[in-house]
Amino acid sequence: MQPLLELQDVRTYFPVRVGLPFGRRTAMVKAVDGVTLDVQPGEVTGLVGESGCGKSTLARTIVQLVPATGGQIKFDGVDLRGLSHAALKKTRRSLQMVFQDPYASLNPRMTVLDALAEPLRAHRLAPRQGTVSRVVELLESVGLSARDMRKYPHEFSGGQRQRIAIARALALKPKLLVADEPVSALDVSVQAQILNLIAGLCKSTGLTLVFISHDLAVVRHISQRIAVMYLGKIVEIGPTERVFMNPLHPYTRALLHAIPIPDPKRDRARMRQFLPGEPPSPLNPPAGCAFHPRCPYADERCKCQVPAFDEREPGHAATCLKLDSIR
Amino acid sequence: MSVLSVKDLRLRFHLRHGVVHAVDSVSFSIERGETVGIVGESGCGKSVTFLSLLGLIPSPPGRIESGTAHFNGRDLLRCTTGQLRAIRGRHIAMIFQDPMSALNPYLRVGTQVMEPLRLHPSCSRREAWSRAVTALQNVGIPDAERRMRAYPHQLSGGLRQRVMIAMAMITGPQLLIADEPTTALDVTVQAQVLAVIKKAQQETGAAVALITHDMGIVAGTCDRVLVMYAGRIVESAGTDAIFYRPRHPYTKALLETLPAAHQPGQPLLNVPGRPPDLLGEIRGCPFAPRCPHVVDACRETPVSLQPVGDDHASACLRVQAGEI
Repeated sequence: MQPLLELQDVRTYFPVRVGLPFGRRTAMVKAVDGVTLDVQPGEVTGLVGESGCGKSTLARTIVQLVPATGGQIKFDGVDLRGLSHAALKKTRRSLQMVFQDPYASLNPRMTVLDALAEPLRAHRLAPRQGTVSRVVELLESVGLSARDMRKYPHEFSGGQRQRIAIARALALKPKLLVADEPVSALDVSVQAQILNLIAGLCKSTGLTLVFISHDLAVVRHISQRIAVMYLGKIVEIGPTERVFMNPLHPYTRALLHAIPIPDPKRDRARMRQFLPGEPPSPLNPPAGCAFHPRCPYADERCKCQVPAFDEREPGHAATCLKLDSIR
Repeated sequence: MSVLSVKDLRLRFHLRHGVVHAVDSVSFSIERGETVGIVGESGCGKSVTFLSLLGLIPSPPGRIESGTAHFNGRDLLRCTTGQLRAIRGRHIAMIFQDPMSALNPYLRVGTQVMEPLRLHPSCSRREAWSRAVTALQNVGIPDAERRMRAYPHQLSGGLRQRVMIAMAMITGPQLLIADEPTTALDVTVQAQVLAVIKKAQQETGAAVALITHDMGIVAGTCDRVLVMYAGRIVESAGTDAIFYRPRHPYTKALLETLPAAHQPGQPLLNVPGRPPDLLGEIRGCPFAPRCPHVVDACRETPVSLQPVGDDHASACLRVQAGEI
């Protein structure tokens, strides 16, 4: 089957001015640095990593909110980078995004009706009569009611606002939805409601989802495949359960070790392995394997050689030179 | 012997459009050397409870309506500003969620770590300096001498939080209040910082009140847990009891909605609705509108935290009556 989304060596760099005085030198923040990823239609892919690893920038690059510096982003077989403005707008219909902060992503001066009708109007899909009924249908699909249509965002709670943002993203019946930390700003009891909603929508409409989160438990719950990012690169990718049961990359292992388990006995029983240090700056990433300064297994080779993907199980690969010695 | 014993604390905010019942009849105690987790969702009153004990709630609009809070035989709620100032930072220390806004960006790290020493016991500058360096080393800051001269913006989030811990622990307080100390940090750094707090606690024998919304952190670090909802403590018990034998429907719901408690791919159990608005008085149980076990009495009868077992208290009428 042809993948819906093909990322080939995608790079997104941001220039920053450094040095005193007056920042005369320009340096590059390599937010996304060579990501290759295929997403099959109907699949839920989870993207995890710590803050600053480039997962949000990758999301924004996929929907073309920030221009990529290099590489290919093929959506439905077409490279988005080469498209004209008009052609891109047409493609955007099938490529939608949900943002982390539902307080910031809705215009406070637009009613829910306006917010949900806007994508329809922008793409000239709003029939003269049917707009309101389409909006009602959307609201009901995310668990809100027609009564909410005339309200403004401030009248809703965080969870309800996120429902509105999801409804807005679904208004154009997209093929691919990119959700960037959609539940991180919500309380646990509300988080469960929104996760169920997203999972249900994917199942019922066959929507393809790229789900970004720093919360491994959430990603494990919702996605079939998982990609772990570190400093702008994917370091491990595989079927969700395989990655959790048999993590290959030392970073993935450390990440799994560090998540607190809400079960005191299991938490006491497990081995504690602390990762020293913190993620380095993407302005000046370490040479070789970017993880080597924190890696307990690193040797001389890791400091100079950039590791390539090493597939150990079907569809489960990691970028690490020392996979054999970690066993 | 308890370090802190709070009884019937009520805190209200008198706003133009009404009265917010932020903390309602909260009673608890913290024993020497123990770690107590205070969990609940945002807005449940877990932070303001402790801020009010330290006199850090601006008044107006905040007003403590009733209650006592005995710390070392002294009622914190009846202390003058001067008396509180002598306790804060010396006997009770606090660390906050966001170390960037809690540290002064204009002052060097060293100046800030030494400040509690310079304010409280009489201590020479030279001695304060060397104790501050030791404190930074104790929380695992490499190259502590040099970091003393750094400004907060030159440190990463994890290092800043370590500086906060060093600052809090330098006077050897009896009680450390940690308000979401790792929420702003990444998981790998979170694990390091929690270990640093644990180590500091073991060395000084301080009691720790750990305010968090993360049940995972509670499981890994706390001896006892207080669960808060809508400004009240709804359940209090040892950590294992809370996780394996919860006696309040809200605690149960909190544990059951966690993705980690489910088989991957299964729909998550969830609690319909959301926490109540604290504007105005809530008669009966605040969880009643969302509770699967609700009966008419729950909506009408005032509830309070009552013992339901060994070192286990619950504020559920039906649990207290032995019906659930």
